[in-house]
Amino acid sequence: MANKKKNWYDYLWIWSIVYFALGFFNIMFAWLGLIDFILPLIFALVGGNKWFCNHMCGRGQLFWILGRNAKCSRRKPAPRWISSKWFRYGFMIFFLIMFGTMIFQTYQVFAGASGLKQVVKLFWTFKVPWQWAYSGGPFPQWMVQFSYGFYSLMLTSTLIGLIVMVLYRERTWCTFCPMGTMTQGICQLKANGDRK
Amino acid sequence: MSKRRATVNIEVCVACGVCANQCPRGAISINRGCYAQVDVDRCVGCGICEKACPANVITLLDIEDMEARNGK
Repeated sequence: MANKKKNWYDYLWIWSIVYFALGFFNIMFAWLGLIDFILPLIFALVGGNKWFCNHMCGRGQLFWILGRNAKCSRRKPAPRWISSKWFRYGFMIFFLIMFGTMIFQTYQVFAGASGLKQVVKLFWTFKVPWQWAYSGGPFPQWMVQFSYGFYSLMLTSTLIGLIVMVLYRERTWCTFCPMGTMTQGICQLKANGDRK
Repeated sequence: MSKRRATVNIEVCVACGVCANQCPRGAISINRGCYAQVDVDRCVGCGICEKACPANVITLLDIEDMEARNGK
């Protein structure tokens, strides 16, 4: 709480904003978002902990700052089903399928089966033109396509997080965040394995 | 000091760590990335964690009830 000494990683919420700002100007920066995918998994797989979620998640910190400090959250308990196991794992599976679809689209561009689509797809449905963020460069087309797909995924999940932040508690997103579900699942498997 | 202490429903806890970050007494830790654990000796029952928990799995219980539950 207050008066606690701040660490460098307490400011990673700035990274969340910088990430989306960079992708607005040049979509290739979307690749940096992979750090937020890989780091929590390394923490869970190697350390058997959720230190990333607990201390380093810039998105969670951003929700806290907007929800608590900027008073943008109703701070009401979310419905029980949102943090239930079936919804958490269901949402994670849905998210992974969508991630796989995005990888497949990247592959199609790589294989020349389809052309580069310079749009950001929000909520897996709404196509938003985003062509200004890439006007040629040294990168192969599939790398650009992945950027658009990954940025769409990051923006969509942040928007969902912002919606539940306003409706319920600041970090309601954390209860069904696919990365959080995945890392907790890994930690539980590791903890159970050690007990045997 | 309040006569109540925070307790976590570890079956539903998502181990996000919001409670641990908010606890002014440093009484909460995340056990091996699985769930939040309250150090009852350090907890003063202020309820800050209860209001911060996004999964709403922290409740404040009377110390006497907790002891009765633990069979002390």
